[in-house]
Amino acid sequence: MTEAPNTVAFTPERLAKAREIIARYPEGRQKSALLPLLHVAQEQWGWLSSEVMDYVAGLLSIQPIEVYEVASFYTMFHLEPVGKHVIEYCRTGPCCLMGGEDVYGYLKQKLGIGAGETTPDGTFTLKEVECLAACGWGPVFQIREKYYMNLTNERIDEIVEELSK
Amino acid sequence: MTKKILLEHAGVSGIETFDVYRKQGGYTAVEKALKTMTPDEVVEEAKKSGVRGRGGAGFPMGMKWGFLAKPEGVPRYLVCNADESEPGTFKDHYLMKTIPHLLVEGMIVASYALGAHKSFIYVRGELLYVIAILEKAIEEAKAQGFLGKNILGTGYDLELVVQPGGGAYICGEETALLESLEGKRGNPRNKPPFPAVKGLYQSPTVVNNVESIANMPWIINNGGEAYAAIGIGRSTGTKLISASGHIKKPGVYEIELGLSVDEFLNSDEYCGGIRNGHHLKALVAGGSSVPILPAHLITKTATGENRLMSYESLSDGGFATGTMLGSGGFIVFDETACIVRNTWNFARFYHHESCGQCSPCREGTGWMEKVLHRIEHGHGSMHDIDLLVDVAKKIEGNTICPLGDAAAWPVASAIRHFRDEFEWHITHPKEATQPGAVYMGDSILV
Amino acid sequence: MEDTKPNVVKITFDGIEVEVEAGTTIMQAARRIAEADGTQAHLVPPAMCYYKPLEGTGGKCRACLVKVAQGSAKDTRPMPKLVPSCITQVQDGMVVENTTNPAVLEARKGVVEFLLINHPLDCPICDQAGECHLQDFAFEHGAAQTRYEEERRTFEKHDIGPYIQLHMTRCILCYRCVYTADQITNQRVHGVLNRGDAAEISTYIEKAIDNDFSGNVIDVCPVGALTDKTYRFKNRVWFTKPVDAHRDCPTCKGEVTLWCRGEEVIRVTARKNQWGEVQDFICNTCRFDQKKTSDWVIEGPTKVQRSSVISANKYRADLVKKPDFALKLASSQYKAIDDSRPYVTDPDTIRQQSVENNDKANHRSLLAENN
Ligand SMILES: Cc1cc2nc3c(=O)[nH]c(=O)nc-3n(C[C@H](O)[C@H](O)[C@H](O)COP(=O)(O)O)c2cc1C
Ligand code: SF4
Ligand code: SF4
Ligand code: FES
Repeated sequence: MTEAPNTVAFTPERLAKAREIIARYPEGRQKSALLPLLHVAQEQWGWLSSEVMDYVAGLLSIQPIEVYEVASFYTMFHLEPVGKHVIEYCRTGPCCLMGGEDVYGYLKQKLGIGAGETTPDGTFTLKEVECLAACGWGPVFQIREKYYMNLTNERIDEIVEELSK
Repeated sequence: MTKKILLEHAGVSGIETFDVYRKQGGYTAVEKALKTMTPDEVVEEAKKSGVRGRGGAGFPMGMKWGFLAKPEGVPRYLVCNADESEPGTFKDHYLMKTIPHLLVEGMIVASYALGAHKSFIYVRGELLYVIAILEKAIEEAKAQGFLGKNILGTGYDLELVVQPGGGAYICGEETALLESLEGKRGNPRNKPPFPAVKGLYQSPTVVNNVESIANMPWIINNGGEAYAAIGIGRSTGTKLISASGHIKKPGVYEIELGLSVDEFLNSDEYCGGIRNGHHLKALVAGGSSVPILPAHLITKTATGENRLMSYESLSDGGFATGTMLGSGGFIVFDETACIVRNTWNFARFYHHESCGQCSPCREGTGWMEKVLHRIEHGHGSMHDIDLLVDVAKKIEGNTICPLGDAAAWPVASAIRHFRDEFEWHITHPKEATQPGAVYMGDSILV
Repeated sequence: MEDTKPNVVKITFDGIEVEVEAGTTIMQAARRIAEADGTQAHLVPPAMCYYKPLEGTGGKCRACLVKVAQGSAKDTRPMPKLVPSCITQVQDGMVVENTTNPAVLEARKGVVEFLLINHPLDCPICDQAGECHLQDFAFEHGAAQTRYEEERRTFEKHDIGPYIQLHMTRCILCYRCVYTADQITNQRVHGVLNRGDAAEISTYIEKAIDNDFSGNVIDVCPVGALTDKTYRFKNRVWFTKPVDAHRDCPTCKGEVTLWCRGEEVIRVTARKNQWGEVQDFICNTCRFDQKKTSDWVIEGPTKVQRSSVISANKYRADLVKKPDFALKLASSQYKAIDDSRPYVTDPDTIRQQSVENNDKANHRSLLAENN
């Protein structure tokens, strides 16, 4: 599992990136940087603890509640610790037509966990998501920015093996 | 063979780079527009082309641009809607990852037409890798003097910002998108005021879909009239169709509007017909939000005319026997598909994606999902069917944004056309809950 | 000449003509009719989220939907959809149908049903009973029985600070308390978390709402989701007698309504107008700390104008004529009101209790999580 951050601050590179992002928006509209910064934060810590969100609020000079409200609205942000690889599989109609339910069933069985759970060794977290805009290439899941498409049981064996290394 | 406007160079290797794109005639529209045309002339070409918004509603793009308020001293914004999250739709994803420069070029031309100096491309957050591709394309264009200050020495300045979403279908709704872009929850706004008057940062704003904007380079290069000559009637130009489901060749296709549904579905150039020798059972023609059609209403309208891939033909017959082109998410169901299960699946989607601001959608979507779940899992009762119809009716038209309608239509239409299948689930709970069981008239297919 | 009276427009609302300033909303025009003639109060569309003193409210609950049968004198077309009267501006010559339009009444019945499917039917044990807008709304516009058979959403109740209790299960997500915190207090620490029907009012991490004006969220809440801890369960509102009173307050205007029983002040609220809207927001000192009648200058009995169950006394079960499903269902879980407990007015004790309650709630949540 990713440890809860004890020193909450961006790495120097990420801080520079954050400043660059904040500068994109017109004067007085810095709150627009909130979603991009939450992505940067999640990249660094894996999930968004309340300390991390407070830190982001500080960077943007907004109230912490404004960050909590936003972070909890969008499904990509993890508000609880997650495993090293978060597998987000699409459960929506078109992927199901392509056999998604069977393939995801196999994946769950293989990892021994259900949606919303993390393997005991902290390597994988499974998360059920809605349509990933890849319907013609389904079934599909994503792990961070990478899309894995046209999934079959065999593909899943390969991917899990690759990532378990 | 359809005239290709958007995907003509999609197969060219290296087309995602500036150099290759430029060699294929890329960025000539920027040169032409900025150097030889006034912004109003660009708007005029968009109007002449008759191109309609490709995000779902099909509102003429040029007309929308014409509505943009232009008060003195207030900045105007162009925001590209790349939130693409409608189940069955993945064309913008494909376009952006394959030919990112086409969108960048379109954004420059459109921003110039609207007098915007800072424009945004709001991409759904899940597509982080596409965001990287777009940012790279923007960097390249900037390095070549097509973005930034004093573009091509014309004195026009433009900055393009790619904004990631965070995972929320509702942010595809234009005012929710603007809220999100302002760093807030994606709660749609009440209208009026419309974005054309008060949009991003309370300033006049135009929101357009990726595909709509990507048409602009061709329109500038060839003229609005040439564009209007393609297609059929008021459905001008070409359209990207995302084809998925039980077909031989799922994928993104560019078609000339007016192509027959039959040809699109069955010819080898496109979907290639139903896979594995199965038969067509149902079709969702325009993304999950539009009414589902049963086999007998797909290739022919109720009056026996050929059904075409166009705004008008697909909606022929209204909601009784027609549907909508929507965003072009073409989902095909063969006889192994269970309509009840799929309707529940879609209802769950809308329940999950409701922002929760207005009561009919917040409470009604969850209610419909639960009732459908019950029916699908063998615990339904006959009055549940009418209950669903009534709940859908009480949501439809009574909400802040069209997500309420989008949630109601699939349920209402599935019951309208496949009522016997719902009834069978209720009268035969044992059979219906066998894994993979599907109703086919009076026989079951397992 | 066309523009002789540029700032006055005439509209027809349920057949009654009324002149209002341009820019007025349909809702305000309807209220104008009722203010001029009290017998027309029933024509006014119900408002569950709109709250005039708070900018930006309205448009969410959809309780106030009306039909615009004619857009204006110039454009006589009807509007295609029902519109929220609370935020839709009038046009000269507009014709609006509210109680005269069956589609409006049907849609409103739908909204009642939607709002109640996840609302607990615990009116008999709820502090707000008797002055709950949802209760009024359901009584006046609802169907006789619910068709909802699914499980209801529930939340743990918890204290947000020493004075305010949040019973999220009852919340209808009108956002009024959020706007109040934004506009009346200097720092908002609570808000709407999550989305859809999982959305909830919360502080996210246990945080006390602690601000001179935070207590106003109680007054704006249309239901019993935010309640005054210094008052809870002491009395049913229809047994107490409200009086108008004031005091010299350095923080606010000090003009309040006292809810008394005998010599005792058991609750202090802001004064409200006929539409249940606060006239002047009051500070926490006035609201929570001044619990003796001697703290106040009494002006006289408050005139309750609102056409609510409290004035009509409709809520008394024996007087209810039409079947009230909320009451019926709730009677199965009816608990006698615990009115024998000693009243606590000392702020320190209240704080102490609240800390304990918080601990208990936390323990419960932890237990639930670990099981
Ligand atoms: C719930 C909902 C989701 C939507 N999602 C999208 C979307 O993902 N992409 C899009 O371009 N338009 C979407 N729209 C339509 C937009 O609100 C808007 O009409 C469109 O972006 C305008 O661009 P266009 O005129 O170029 O189509 C959605 C609308 C609704 C109500
Ligand atoms: S219709 Fe649904 S998604 Fe749209 S504003 Fe209302 S609750 Fe939100
Ligand atoms: S707690 Fe009360 S005021 Fe706040 S949103 Fe809920 S119902 Fe409205
Ligand atoms: S009072 Fe008008 S929508 Fe709630």
